[in-house]
Amino acid sequence: MTRTPSGLVVGVDVGGTFTDLVQLDQASGRVRIAKVPSTPANQAFGVIDALNAAEVDLPALDLIVHGTTTTTNAVLERKLDRTGLITTRGFRDVLELGRRTRPQPYGMTGTFTPVIPRDLRLEVPERMDAAGAIVIPLDEDAVLAAGRRLLEAGCVSVVVHFLHAYANPQHERRAGALLRTVWPNDHITLGHALLSESREFERGVTAAVNASVQPLLARYVRRLSGELSRGGYRGQMLVMTGNGGMVSADRVADEAAKTVMSGPASGVMAAAHIGRRTGVPDLISYDMGGTSTDVALIRGAQPQVSNEIELEYAMPIHVPMVDVRSVGAGGGSIARVTEAGLLQVGPDSAGAVPGPICYGRGGTEPTISDANLMLGRLDAGRFAGGDGAAVAPAFARLGAALGLDAAGAAEAVLRMANTTMAGAIRMVSLSLGADPRDFALFAFGGAGPLHACELARELGIPRVLIPGRPGITNAIGCVVADLRHDFVNTVNTPVAALAPGRLAQVFATQAERGHRLIDAETVGIRARRVLHSVDMQFVGQTHLLRVDLDRPDIAPEALQELFEQVYWRRFRVRLPEIRASVVNANTSVIGTRAEPDLSALIDPAGRRADVASARTATRPVRFGTDWCDAAVYWRDHLPLRAAIPGPAVVEQMDTTVLIPPGDRATGDADGNLLIAIGGAP
Amino acid sequence: MSLDPITLSVIQAGLQQVCDEMDLSFSRAAFSPVIAEANDRSDGIYDAVDGALIAQGAGGLPVFVGTMQQSTRTLIRMIADGAAAAPQPGDVYIVNDPYLGGTHLMDVRFARPFYRGDRLYCWLSNTGHWPDTGGAVPGGFSASATSVEQEGLRLPPVRLFKQGRMDRELYAVICSNIRVADQRIGDVQAQAAALEVGAERLGALMDRYGDDTVTGAIAELRTRAAQQMRACIALIPEGRFAATAWIDSDGVVDEPLAIRLAVTRDGDALTFDFTGSAAPCAGPMNSVRATTLSSVYLAMRHIFPQVPISAGAFEPLHVTGIENTFLDARYPRPVSGCAAEVSQRIAEAVFAALVQALPDRVTAAPAGTSGNFALGGHDPARGRDFVMYQLSGGGYGGNADHDGLTNGCSTIGISKAPPVEIMEQAFPVLYHRYALREGSGGAGRHRGGFGLDYEVELRRGHARASFVMDHGRFGPQGVLGGSDGAPNRVTVLRGGVAHVPAHLSKEQDIPLAPGDRVHVQTPGGGGYGDPLTRNPAAVARDVALERYTADDAAALFGVVLRGVPPEADAEATAALRARLRTRD
Repeated sequence: MTRTPSGLVVGVDVGGTFTDLVQLDQASGRVRIAKVPSTPANQAFGVIDALNAAEVDLPALDLIVHGTTTTTNAVLERKLDRTGLITTRGFRDVLELGRRTRPQPYGMTGTFTPVIPRDLRLEVPERMDAAGAIVIPLDEDAVLAAGRRLLEAGCVSVVVHFLHAYANPQHERRAGALLRTVWPNDHITLGHALLSESREFERGVTAAVNASVQPLLARYVRRLSGELSRGGYRGQMLVMTGNGGMVSADRVADEAAKTVMSGPASGVMAAAHIGRRTGVPDLISYDMGGTSTDVALIRGAQPQVSNEIELEYAMPIHVPMVDVRSVGAGGGSIARVTEAGLLQVGPDSAGAVPGPICYGRGGTEPTISDANLMLGRLDAGRFAGGDGAAVAPAFARLGAALGLDAAGAAEAVLRMANTTMAGAIRMVSLSLGADPRDFALFAFGGAGPLHACELARELGIPRVLIPGRPGITNAIGCVVADLRHDFVNTVNTPVAALAPGRLAQVFATQAERGHRLIDAETVGIRARRVLHSVDMQFVGQTHLLRVDLDRPDIAPEALQELFEQVYWRRFRVRLPEIRASVVNANTSVIGTRAEPDLSALIDPAGRRADVASARTATRPVRFGTDWCDAAVYWRDHLPLRAAIPGPAVVEQMDTTVLIPPGDRATGDADGNLLIAIGGAP
Repeated sequence: MSLDPITLSVIQAGLQQVCDEMDLSFSRAAFSPVIAEANDRSDGIYDAVDGALIAQGAGGLPVFVGTMQQSTRTLIRMIADGAAAAPQPGDVYIVNDPYLGGTHLMDVRFARPFYRGDRLYCWLSNTGHWPDTGGAVPGGFSASATSVEQEGLRLPPVRLFKQGRMDRELYAVICSNIRVADQRIGDVQAQAAALEVGAERLGALMDRYGDDTVTGAIAELRTRAAQQMRACIALIPEGRFAATAWIDSDGVVDEPLAIRLAVTRDGDALTFDFTGSAAPCAGPMNSVRATTLSSVYLAMRHIFPQVPISAGAFEPLHVTGIENTFLDARYPRPVSGCAAEVSQRIAEAVFAALVQALPDRVTAAPAGTSGNFALGGHDPARGRDFVMYQLSGGGYGGNADHDGLTNGCSTIGISKAPPVEIMEQAFPVLYHRYALREGSGGAGRHRGGFGLDYEVELRRGHARASFVMDHGRFGPQGVLGGSDGAPNRVTVLRGGVAHVPAHLSKEQDIPLAPGDRVHVQTPGGGGYGDPLTRNPAAVARDVALERYTADDAAALFGVVLRGVPPEADAEATAALRARLRTRD
C-alpha cells in the first residue's frame, strides 16, 4: 500500500524533564513545535502528549524520528531486565573487576554495580588464544546447561562473551546457535557482533549493556508504534542512535547499545546542520541545561565521533558515538564560600528538585540561575511559580562572607561559573586537538544563550551562533539527521610495512557494507557521502591520532607525511626518527536526507517591520560592576537580518539570549542570531 | 596589595588550568604507556625563591603531591651553591636523584625556569615515569638491590636543554645507559613540550591580569590554602592518635619493618611523628624524605579532597622523627620500593591513626600494594626478548557509608590495568583465571572490597619471574572493630610443584619453563566497624553472589542463612551473634 507523501516530518526528543517536538511541513515550510513534561515511567505517553499538543495529524504524517533516553536511564538507574552472561571459564568477574581504577583521583571511597550480577554470570569451558587458535574446545553441553540455568533464574536476555572472540568468533557463534534452540526469544547478544576489537572489559560491558536494554527497548518501540498506529499513523518511525544517525524502529533493538548515548548526539547533529547552512561549519556546541552542560566539537559540519565513550564511572560503551563531553555545571549549580574564604560554584547542584531559589520549589542555596535573575539577565516576571525577591537575601548572605553586596556576590558567581566552564570547554577542545579560537560557539539548551557571549570572550572565540529554537534543538536534530553507518577495522601495521592497496581494499569493503545497509532502508535519501579516516600513532605509542583522508587510495609515504603534519599541529613535536603506524581504518557511509527548510522555526507571521517594534522593554542589567539599561526584545517579533548592538536581552519562549556591551548580534535568513564578540568581524 | 576574593578565585582557576594543560599535553604526546595510559606523571608551578608549590595539575599521579616542591627547592639551593649550572632562558634541567627530592630513579623530573623580562619569576617542573633507567633489572624494580647503583642511572640536576636546544651529547650518555632507548626521544620531547605549553599559558595569564596582581594572588592563595587546611584540622579533636603499619620485609633481610606514627593535633597544626619506625634497611624498601612527606600529603588529600594542592596546604602539617629511619634513607640505600610500596604503607598509617579521630571521613586500610609482577624472558615464536609487567589492584577499606570498592588501584596511583587480551597479544602467556578473590574482604559492618585472583601460564620459551609486592605477611588493617583484609599470596607452580617466595610477595628471578604458572591473590580491603552489626541481608546477598561462603557468614558475621537463594534467619542470627559477643 502506497500513499502520496505529504511532506510532513516530526522530530520528537525525550529529555530528562521535557519532551520536545518539532513538525516540519516540507511543502509549505511551516513549523509546529511543542514542549510537554516527560513521562519517565513510560516515555511513550510524553511522546503522544507532544503529538497532541502540536495537533499533529498522524494519518497525514510521513515520518517520525525519535530520540529517546529510555536505554540511558535504564542503565544509569540499573533498572534492567534480568540478563545472564555466559563466558569463558575463569573470567566471569571481568565485568565487575573493571580496569582497576577508582571513581576519583582523591578519596578512597566509591561504589560500583556491575551491569549483570555475579550469580547470573556463568562460565563454560572454552578458550581461544590471542591469535584466534582454539586452546580449549567449546563444551556445548555446558552452554546448553548454562542457558537453561539462566532461564530458570528468570533471565529474559543473554549475552555470550568469550575471550578473544574478536580474533575468532567461532565459539561465540556456535554458542549462539545452541542457545537459540532453548532460548524463548531473540534477545541473544554475541560479544563480537557489536564490537569486534580486543579489550575484554570494554567489549563485555558494551555487549552486556546491549543485552540488558534490548528487551526494554523492543517493548518500548512496540508500545509506541502501537499507540501511533491506533492514532492512524501509517508512516515510518526511525530512532536516533549515538553516532548521530538513525535506524528503523523495527531493527533498533538489535543493537540497542547504540541508543544509549543518543540524547546529546541529536543536539550536536542539529548544530552541525545549522552551522553548515549558515556558513559557520566549525563549531563548539555548548548545551547548558539545568543540571549539566554538554560540549562537543564540530569540524567542517562533521561532529567528532569516538568509540571510547564512558557513560559513567567504569561503564564504557565502545561503539562509534558523537563525542559529547559533560563538563558538569548547569543553571542549578550551587555557589558556596569555602573554608579558605574563596567562592566556589558547583560541583553540587540543586538539580530539578528543589532547583534554584527562583523556581520557588524550596531551593535555599544560591545557584547560577539565581545569579542571572539577580543581575537582571533573566526576567523575574518569567518565574510565575517562583519568587524573584527571595533571591536577594541569599546573595546578601553569600556576599557577607566575601565582603560584597548582594549584586556583587551574584556577579562574582557568574564570573566564577564562566571561568570554570570556559576552562572545561578549553580542556575538551585541547584534548580533541583543537584551539577554541578557531571555532564559533553554538549555544543552546535553556541556559546556553545566557552565558555564551561571556564564555566566548573568555575563550577568545570570535563568534557565537544561537539557533532559532535553542530549547528544542535536540528535536530539530532528529529531523535533520542522516542515515549513518560507521565501520572500524583494526589494521595495526607500520606505514612502512603497509602493502600497496591494502587500505583502499579495507575502505572499499567498509563502504560496500554501508551502502548495502542504506539500500535496505526505505526512507528517501538525497545523496550519499563516504568519509574515510585512519587512527595512527608513532610506533611504541599508545594514544591514537585521527587523520582524515580526502581519498581512499593514499600512498604510504603520503600517509606518513600527513600524520607528521597532524602531529606537529597538535603537539608541536617533530619525531622524524620514529616511524608511524596505522592502527584503525574507519569509514562512515552517510545517506543525506532531503534538506529541511528551517527558516520558519520562528513563525514568519510574527515578524515586525523593524527591530524597534520588536522591543518590549528596557531593564537594568548588570555587566561587571556596572548596571546599564539593556533593550529587551521578543525574539519572535524580530525581523529577518535584525542587527542588535549590546547591551541587549532577547527573550523567547524557550530561552533568553544575552548580548553584552560591545557585542553585536545579526540575524540571518533562517532566523539564527550570529553574535560578533567585541570588535570581531 | 589587597585582592578581592573573586580575582583570587579566578587566578586560582587560571593557575590550575595552566597545570592541567601541561598534564594533558604531556600524556597525549608521551610514548611510554606508563605516562600515556597510566598517567604516571605530574606537572606544576613552583616558587622562584623557595621552590614552594604554587599549583599542580589535578590529573597528576597522587604520589607526586608535593615531591617536586622538594626537588625544585634542592635545585634552587644547588644553583645558589654553584653545585648546579646557573639557569638561562630556554634551559631545561633533568634530574632523577632520589636523595635530591625525588622518589625512585624511574621518576625523571624536568625543570624549566620561567622568566618575566629578564627576571626569574618561577619554575615549571614535571615528573614522568620512564619505563627504564638502567640497572640490574628491566624496569628498575629490583627486589633485592642493596645499593642505588644497582637500580639504575642516577642524574644530578644537569641541563638537557640549553637555551632551547637539546644537548645531544648528554642525551647520548643517557641513552647508552637505559633499555629501549630508541623510543625515549618521544617521551623527552613530550616532557619538554609540556613545560613549553606551561610557559606559554602562564605568560598569557600574567599578561591578562598583570604581574603584580598574579604575584599578589599567589601569595594570598598560599595563605588561604593554609587557612583551608587549618579549618579541616579543626574537625579533628585535640589529642594524639597512634597507629602502626607494617612492611613485610625489605626483600633482602626477612624481617618486618614498622612504621610507627603518632598524629597530634595541637591547635590548628597537625604533627606526624614517626619516631620509633624501623632503621634504614638493606633492601629496596627504603623511602626518601621527599616521598615520605608526599605520602603524608596525599593521605591527607584522600581525606580532604577539597583542599587545593599547594605549599600553603602543607604548611600546617609537620612531619617529624624520620631521621635515622627507613623513611629518610640516604645515599647509597636502595629505594625502588619507596614510591610503589612504602608510600602506601605510610598512607595506611595516616588512615589508621586518623580514622580514630574522623570515623566518618576515613576508611579502613586499602590493599596498599602496587602488586608489581614482572616476567622477563625470550619468546622463540617471535625470536625476541620480552619484559611483561602486571600491576594489580586490590580491595579498598570499608567506610562509614559503604563497603570498600573491589579491585581498586593503588592508593598512590590512578592508572588502569591492562586487559588480559592485550597481555596475551603481546606476550607468550595464557591467563587461566582473572577473578574476584572470594572471601578476601575484611569483615566489618561495612566489609572491605575484594582483591584480585589471577593465574597465568608461560606458554613457550623461558622466562624469569620477579615480584615486588607487599602486605603478604599482614593484611590491610581493619578498623573500629573490623577485621583485616586477606593478605597478598603469591604462588609459583614450577613443574607442578608450588613455590612460595621466601619473602612471601617479594622475590627476584625465579626461572620458569613452559607450562609453569604464577598465581597471585591480591589483598582485600580492611573491614570497618563490628562485623556482628552488619546488615544480615547484605551478608545473605554476598553469599548469594558467592563472595563469601555460608560458613563465612556464620563465623565472620554471625549470620545464619537458610534456603536458596540464601536468606538470613533472624532468630538464629540474633542467637549466634549474642553467643559470639559473649565469647569475646
